[in-house]
Amino acid sequence: MSELTLTVMRLGFLAVLWLFVIVAVQVIRSDLFGTRVTQRGSRREAARPQQSGRQQARQQAAPPQQRAQQGGGRRGRNAPTKLVVTEGTLTGTTVALQGQTITLGRAHDSTIVLDDDYASSRHARIYPDRDGQWIVEDLGSTNGTYLDRSRLTTPTPIPLGAPIRIGKTAIELRK
Amino acid sequence: MSSTTNSPTHHTSTIGAIGAPSRRNTELALLIFAVVIPVFAYANVGLALDDQVPSGLLSYGLGLGLLAGVAHLGVRKFAPYADPLLLPLATLLNGLGLVCIWRLDQSKLLQSLPNFVTAAPRQLLYTALGIALFVVVLIFLKDHRVLQRYTYISMFGALVLLILPLVPGLGANIYGAKIWIRVPGLGSLQPGEFAKIVLAVFFAGYLMVKRDALALASRRFMGLYLPRGRDLGPILVVWGISILILVFETDLGTSLLFFGMFVIMLYVATERTSWIVFGLLMSSAGAVGVASFEPHVKMRVQAWLDPMKEYTLSQQGQFGHSEQAMQALWAFGSGGTLGSGWGQGHSDLIKFAANSDFILATFGEELGLAGIMAILLIYGLIVERGVRTALAARDPFGKLLAIGLSGAFALQVFVVAGGVMGLIPLTGMTMPFMAYGGSSVLANWALIAILIRISDTARRPAPAPASNPDAEMTQVVRPS
Repeated sequence: MSELTLTVMRLGFLAVLWLFVIVAVQVIRSDLFGTRVTQRGSRREAARPQQSGRQQARQQAAPPQQRAQQGGGRRGRNAPTKLVVTEGTLTGTTVALQGQTITLGRAHDSTIVLDDDYASSRHARIYPDRDGQWIVEDLGSTNGTYLDRSRLTTPTPIPLGAPIRIGKTAIELRK
Repeated sequence: MSSTTNSPTHHTSTIGAIGAPSRRNTELALLIFAVVIPVFAYANVGLALDDQVPSGLLSYGLGLGLLAGVAHLGVRKFAPYADPLLLPLATLLNGLGLVCIWRLDQSKLLQSLPNFVTAAPRQLLYTALGIALFVVVLIFLKDHRVLQRYTYISMFGALVLLILPLVPGLGANIYGAKIWIRVPGLGSLQPGEFAKIVLAVFFAGYLMVKRDALALASRRFMGLYLPRGRDLGPILVVWGISILILVFETDLGTSLLFFGMFVIMLYVATERTSWIVFGLLMSSAGAVGVASFEPHVKMRVQAWLDPMKEYTLSQQGQFGHSEQAMQALWAFGSGGTLGSGWGQGHSDLIKFAANSDFILATFGEELGLAGIMAILLIYGLIVERGVRTALAARDPFGKLLAIGLSGAFALQVFVVAGGVMGLIPLTGMTMPFMAYGGSSVLANWALIAILIRISDTARRPAPAPASNPDAEMTQVVRPS
């Protein structure tokens, strides 16, 4: 085999090997799953008062039934899409909300396994009702579940951004 | 997590969840790539050595492709949301290892040695068994959290596996290190390779329960959290065991691997830097202490400090000295930046263990620095995916187990590569996936399978919607 061919193969092999590494790194880049950063204008009063005003008006104008139907599948712009742990050992964990029931507790088969001495094995659950409104329910826990400082006694709808506290863990629903 | 920047336009960037795609097709594409590269290397070796494409090219390529295909189908069926990179990376390393072992089989010099065996077909068999074990683990380990039940059984199992090589009649002292057992009819086995997985299960289960005590009860001193005396118990026990391994099995690598894995997991579980400081101090004290009186370890350390002297003594025919450490360095040196090309190096001069402990020297010579860097990066990517899996895992046990397994994998690569390159004293461990040896290949495929299982659980978009009793209509029975 000629020297030239071997040299070409030698360099070619190294090139292919590095190409594989680069492709693998590209896959990792495209695989940063779980989060997506979107820039959007704030819907605060000052930014675009007209538009947000119109939106509110439209939402209020929509008959309640229609809104409820929207809620079954994709709810409007104010529907939470994920649940975020904001305090405690699991800080930063997010779970996408896709109409499933989310169980919280120390039991190993919980959706979010709380490693928290103040949590019961089956502490609370979060589920959508028929209108797509997310509800938090305490499952008879020892130390209680708090929604924004008040202890839950009945299944309660969760406002966006309100902290649900279980022991040292706090959870929020976010868009 | 949404953050508001205080720019005049009030832009809000929100970070939203994406329904993670399964990425199985990405994995398949990468897997095909990972099979093509070793086939290319195989053809290259044949062309360089005999001026012709080797006759076994088709069967080798098909064999590797078939094994990779089986593994891929297993993942597709049993872990559809698993990480797309772990399997292709491991396949590529395994394939390159096979080519390198086959290339060393062709060496006339090695063939003339008395204990020569054609290693490549055996390694292909081990790979097939490894892939089979991989699929079996995926089938039977439906949920990694099941392993948590076996925390203390794992501890016992790991201790048995570690002690086995010392049992008279079963253990075998192969070239100084007593890390082997002989199983009649099967050949020799390195139980330490499997112990690493079992021990990770134990550490994960144990630290998950005990981490609060280890993290919270501590005093602050000079910026470090000093744990209470009685909380030092576990680390002292593991340290003691790893020192015992070092003394009785005379293997620095195994000892370092287990102690290092425990320290890594302890650090991840408690977030206390002081454990790392303690761990480093204790391991260096232990290693120095043992090296000062245990002859085999002492010899290894001397060969590390002055490989040339060791080489000269060995050439003079003095017993107990080995020329390999120096030869490995020469192999890396003669490879240079771009290497000599497949099949054109002379790493077979490292006669003994050229295809197992010293396989990296062959890669260093024939692929050069560029090739070694790529290979180390591929190992690094496997570790990175393991750590990513740990970050994504939603249960503390899974997090710790994934960290433990990838940490052990990283440490093993470090210990072997560092040993061959002269960074640390040489040890008897094998390069995962590449080196010739059944236990190593089997254990590492099982390790990858567990990581894939954890990553599948972590990346699965959402648990199956549970039926919600409150959302259902109440059934009303009306008398008709």
